[in-house]
Amino acid sequence: MTVLELSRWQFGITTVYHFIFVPLTIGLSILVACMQTAWLVKKDPVYLRMTKFFGTIFLINFAVGVVTGIVEEFQFGMNWSAYSAFVGNVFGAPLAMEALLAFFLESTFIGLWIFGWNKLPPRLHLATIWIAAIGTNMSAYFILAANSWMQHPVGYRVNPVTHRTELTSIVALLTNSTVLAAWPHVILASFVIAGMVVIAVSAWHLARNSQTDVFRRAMRIGLAVTLAAGIATAVTGDIQARLMDSQQPMKMAAAEALYNTSAPASFSLFTIGSLSGGKELWSVRVPYLLSLIATLNPHGTVQGIDNVEHAYDKKYGPGSYKPVIPVTYWSFRLMIGFGMLATLLALIGLWLTRRRRIPRARWFYRAAIWGVALPYLATTSGWIFTEMGRQPWTVFGLMTTAQSVSPGVTASSVIISMTVFTLLYGALAAIAWWLTIRHVKVGAPAEAEPGAAEPLPVFSY
Amino acid sequence: MNLATFWFILIAILFTGYFVLEGFDFGVGILLSLLSRDETDRRVMINTIGPVWDGNEVWLITAGGAMFAAFPLWYASLFSGFYLALLIILVALIVRGVCFEFRSKVDSVRWRANWDRAIFAGSVLPAVLWGVAFANIVRGVPLNAAHVYTGNLLTLLNWYGLLGGLVTLSLFTLHGAIFLSLRITGVLRDRARRTALGVALAAVPLAAAFLAATQVSHGRPATDVTAGLAAVALLGGVAAAFRGREGWAFAGTAATLALAVATLFGDLWPNVLPSSTSAAFSLTVSNASSAHYTLVVMSWVAVIFTPIVLGYQGWTYWVFRKRLTSSDIPAAKTPASSSTGLGGTQRPAGGQS
Repeated sequence: MTVLELSRWQFGITTVYHFIFVPLTIGLSILVACMQTAWLVKKDPVYLRMTKFFGTIFLINFAVGVVTGIVEEFQFGMNWSAYSAFVGNVFGAPLAMEALLAFFLESTFIGLWIFGWNKLPPRLHLATIWIAAIGTNMSAYFILAANSWMQHPVGYRVNPVTHRTELTSIVALLTNSTVLAAWPHVILASFVIAGMVVIAVSAWHLARNSQTDVFRRAMRIGLAVTLAAGIATAVTGDIQARLMDSQQPMKMAAAEALYNTSAPASFSLFTIGSLSGGKELWSVRVPYLLSLIATLNPHGTVQGIDNVEHAYDKKYGPGSYKPVIPVTYWSFRLMIGFGMLATLLALIGLWLTRRRRIPRARWFYRAAIWGVALPYLATTSGWIFTEMGRQPWTVFGLMTTAQSVSPGVTASSVIISMTVFTLLYGALAAIAWWLTIRHVKVGAPAEAEPGAAEPLPVFSY
Repeated sequence: MNLATFWFILIAILFTGYFVLEGFDFGVGILLSLLSRDETDRRVMINTIGPVWDGNEVWLITAGGAMFAAFPLWYASLFSGFYLALLIILVALIVRGVCFEFRSKVDSVRWRANWDRAIFAGSVLPAVLWGVAFANIVRGVPLNAAHVYTGNLLTLLNWYGLLGGLVTLSLFTLHGAIFLSLRITGVLRDRARRTALGVALAAVPLAAAFLAATQVSHGRPATDVTAGLAAVALLGGVAAAFRGREGWAFAGTAATLALAVATLFGDLWPNVLPSSTSAAFSLTVSNASSAHYTLVVMSWVAVIFTPIVLGYQGWTYWVFRKRLTSSDIPAAKTPASSSTGLGGTQRPAGGQS
């Protein structure tokens, strides 16, 4: 494999991995803050136990998210130095702002929250988890603003002397229509993950009739969050589809493996056959749907891959501007499908738990526990779709991935780093997973004796 | 002063913040097994940095982000050139970071002992490699006309780079020992102070040799002053530690690190990454920097938010200012009580106070 291919694999592995841990912390930070708020407002110890229990799951994931995030920032320079030199003027700004405005905030206030239970007055202590949660969500905004610039570059010019991009408007960069749609989509999807984790954990305990006081309520919270966030994720994704159609028509066409411009265009739920050019053996199609998704008009025109390719040949010079179509086609469907299944599960769960009911059906608990994989598969598919769908570009229309790779880094160096990261990340995932399961099985901390100095055990190292 | 130089100074300040703050985190990690006699000692030590290590590490992330935004070519050449050294640092920081969070989650002697070894390795390696990296940045590295690094990992391991590595290792260990003596009380505090004096026997001559070598090859009058002040601060800090004035001792080692960074960056300017192949290939403050508008935007962001960050990080240290003793640490969990699953305590009074 070439340095380019190795570097792409490494970036893919480390980034997909990073985003297994991050979305849970984005959603769960807010949910834990809400639980702690409920405790302070209602004075009900159940909410304190919930806060501590889900707080520990949050912290295990937060630790892995933080340390794998450093790799993300460093590997632009390490593996993609040509890219970094070309875009640093523009792309570096939101990254630096993320560190200074958001990451400092979340990391510092997480420390205050973990160790501040006995040190800070309750309201001030509550404020620390809220500030950390807000920092986490702001952090996502800056990172997505940087990513959105790669999808849809705005607020820049290319300096004719240095041949590097230069920022011309930070406001344009931060209010890019792409990030305004991507941020809510990612945040809401993160809430689906957090909600499903709460559901799965609660299901494990309710199925065993253990700690029902905590987990019946936690289950309802998880179900409501997952349903609401799942629907809202679909709505924001729909808005993104129309932006994508105008900003990256190749990606829209690749999402459907639509080779020829069509009006109206149908959407295939499933295809058997070759996706690399029209040899379709069998497929299930919904008429008009792709036109509707892409243009809001059932008879709207959706451009085909071959037509876009032809236009790009004229605009950017001869070459291939197609992403890997089977990957974009299936990742797009899996993202939507897994997300919808999670939402459906939440809807069923809300019905089964109506009016303080505790469901008895084993199948529901089994589905709720294993269903935790669904939103993770959906977000992973979503990122694979949006990043692979942008290929062959790193910055759409400006720089290709092949031009971005570090010229001085050898294949053997990347083989070493990729092997090390893969093994290390694998081990970390196994440990974090094992710790989480162990913690989940133990369950929420018991209620303290009345009159004890502290309501519950505190976090410490 | 032009904006690019302002950003050069700001990046020096960010690295100063990183070395002063995570420097003692590394020191505590290195001393964890050497200074402790039992599990309670170790937990006292880890809890001195527990609330702050994560925030301290963000100084590095901010320095990296600032380099990317303000000097894209410096960031690109340095990070791709120092590829394997940075890989080792990253792996060390990853392992070390999760150690703190995971170590307390399982009550088992073997589990903790393994994490303690990982904390040691995860602290020693970056403590050495940051010195190696910065010494080589000042010394100059082989860069071709396209500013691409043409050496390998071994290129960095020259005598000056290795001396730099020993200096950061010994200074961070000293800084960490003094930090511990400032943050804890009882027997462990005395042990930390005596260890600091022992480490100083290595740190003082190493730092003096490194600063002298640096000033002979790369010095200028202004940095002769900062290098001299760094030496004074180091000796003052050690003297204060000897007399049991731990606050002054900590101020002394913190000032040493700050002045050493000032000296290195002062010697480096106006280069940011000199080329040992040809001076014409060097990256400088002007040829590596971003365009004016980016620097203006980022300057406003930095001027507004850096004081805010300093404010709340300072407040964190104030909240956790009280010295720790072994009685602050919850009793070691028995297997039965580990069922709280919170890395916490049987006794409700426990934790961090």
